[in-house]
Amino acid sequence: MSARTLYDKLWDAHLVENLDGGSALIYIDRHLLHEVTSPQAFEGLRLAGRRPWRIDANLATPDHNVPTDKAERDGGVEGIVDPVSRLQVQTLDENCRDFSIVEFEINDRRQGIVHVIGPELGATLPGMTVVCGDSHTATHGALGAMAQGIGTSEVEHVLATQCLVQKKMKNMRVQVDGQLQPGVSAKDVVLAVIGKIGTAGGTGHAMEFAGEAIGSLSMEGRMTLCNMAIEAGARVGLVAVDEVTLDYVRGKPYAPVGELWERAAQDWRQLHSDPGAHFDTVVELRAEDIAPQVTWGTSPEMVLPVDSCVPDPAGIEDEGKRRATERALEYMGLEPGQAITDIRPDRVFIGSCTNSRIEDLRAAAEVVRGRQVAEGVKQVLVVPGSGAVKAQAEAEGLDRVFIEAGMEWREPGCSMCLAMNADKLGAGEHCASTSNRNFEGRQGFGGRTHLVSPAMAAAAAVTGHFVDVRTLGPHTAQGDAA
Amino acid sequence: MNPFTVHTGLVAPMDRANVDTDMIIPKQFLKSIKRSGFGPNLFDELRYLDEGQPGADCSRRPLNQDFPLNFPRYQGASVLLARENFGCGSSREHAPWALEDFGIRSIIAPSFADIFYNNCFKNGLLPIALDAADVERLFASMHAEEGYRLTVDLERQRVVEPDGRETYFDVDEYRRYRLLNGLDDIGITLEHADAIHRYEAQAREARPWLFDAVAAGEPQEQGV
Repeated sequence: MSARTLYDKLWDAHLVENLDGGSALIYIDRHLLHEVTSPQAFEGLRLAGRRPWRIDANLATPDHNVPTDKAERDGGVEGIVDPVSRLQVQTLDENCRDFSIVEFEINDRRQGIVHVIGPELGATLPGMTVVCGDSHTATHGALGAMAQGIGTSEVEHVLATQCLVQKKMKNMRVQVDGQLQPGVSAKDVVLAVIGKIGTAGGTGHAMEFAGEAIGSLSMEGRMTLCNMAIEAGARVGLVAVDEVTLDYVRGKPYAPVGELWERAAQDWRQLHSDPGAHFDTVVELRAEDIAPQVTWGTSPEMVLPVDSCVPDPAGIEDEGKRRATERALEYMGLEPGQAITDIRPDRVFIGSCTNSRIEDLRAAAEVVRGRQVAEGVKQVLVVPGSGAVKAQAEAEGLDRVFIEAGMEWREPGCSMCLAMNADKLGAGEHCASTSNRNFEGRQGFGGRTHLVSPAMAAAAAVTGHFVDVRTLGPHTAQGDAA
Repeated sequence: MNPFTVHTGLVAPMDRANVDTDMIIPKQFLKSIKRSGFGPNLFDELRYLDEGQPGADCSRRPLNQDFPLNFPRYQGASVLLARENFGCGSSREHAPWALEDFGIRSIIAPSFADIFYNNCFKNGLLPIALDAADVERLFASMHAEEGYRLTVDLERQRVVEPDGRETYFDVDEYRRYRLLNGLDDIGITLEHADAIHRYEAQAREARPWLFDAVAAGEPQEQGV
């Protein structure tokens, strides 16, 4: 057989049947469900008198609009103050009961953001096809799985048939060679990639991240990368399986054990692109060139290294780009040419399916330790991605670091990434956020989002403005000069 | 799903690139457990001057008079003319639901985001990707002529301008067939049930660890 990419291999292994006109029926191994995009799908099943094709392939948890405030959360589903949110979470509970689908309910220790709990439970494994009614499903590609976001009609389709009808995507490789500088994270890499190719740069492609710098990343870092493939337009993000992957998966609650593990691991070791495999598009970056990134505008491609200045539309020739820049600066309340380090966040959000894993919290805590939230910063939310991440962070004392600095340590959920619950920005407020989208209004009506890494968000929280975390240096008893 | 064959309708502009699904339908409206009723909140943050709340009576809210979809000349529009990468961001199908509920039947743009493009076909909406130059011409014609209408012919895969000029567009044959006939996807796939069963038997043999894990019940231990 000719040389194949990782995506080619995953596609071939899940091909049920080729259909007329170039589409194919692709089998889905794991389907994750949450409260926002599933109610209409279950309703569709009921109306048609259909049952799920394979119940054990499904796993559900509420995450998007669960409260993260401890007092409200302690009341369980009944305690959710917003009646519309409450009904949506109750509807998920009812649907899972009616259709016998395993659900980790709101206060189960295994509850969390779907894209955090899938890998940490071993419910998503290398070589799987994974779907969820959420565009950030690409996250699971970090394990060498073909994972993608789908709409509600496809949620219903997967429930009823265990398949998706798809056309094969093109192959794209994002090659990052060299070594990242200390203080530069996976988030900075993926923001730099988006800055380079744009938010439509990966449209129609499965995007495999490869190269020395990617191989050196932890699984958490690889998840951050793949998570934001969709922000570069790619539905699927991928990283090849290596020993880092196997070490991560081994011992996870749903991972195979014993002889089955050996067989699985042998299979998984083939999950990489063959030498000479054809990629339709290749993008290359040098790891050493990547500095901590900050978005200044209303699209993830409006991103620059932290030591830059906000662009001046007057210098942009392309009319569409110039108008988009003008509009973004107006919405963001920024002046052309303003230094990014002069932007002062009103709030800071550390969390989301992009950056709420244990390594992210450790990176933030390392910057925060011994420091205080700066004057002028109204609120810093630290929201762990799951019950397990929360427990681990507390075991390491990270919660104390955040609380002692004046930050809020919350219950797991999507929180201020999309502000479906009470965690949101006020109009005109700037936010240093570890989430994935800086769209207008994303974090609250009129809110102004700046996407950054956890370490950069923490640095902004304790200095009161964006700052290159690499220059912050160790904390002294007298505090920071910055 | 309603079939889509040929549609002629008033054209309205959404003249900016990278229109994201948060813009098409903001998150607070995603709490609904229904498929319908999203139309009044389409482009909510651009269309109104205040912050929209689920269940609020939109007829009493202050309109943003600078937003083209609020202009008298575009009332009743059913064809949306847009720019690059329309529908990027979230996978929310509430975006095509809102467009459809508002009365849009077809969107013409130089390019679309993948998930949004796919979601449209599930809801009787036809997204049409044309060359940027063609889209530019349509924008100019629309601006020049009040009441500008286009015909979208899925059968012949043509956009027909008022002067008879026709532009061919590409569409996947499977999607075209389903949309033309208003067919239920699931019903078609279930005609392949035997093939799915055969695949499962073979996969269970080759990769047994992919089956039965979650159904086996509680994980042994809480892992971190």
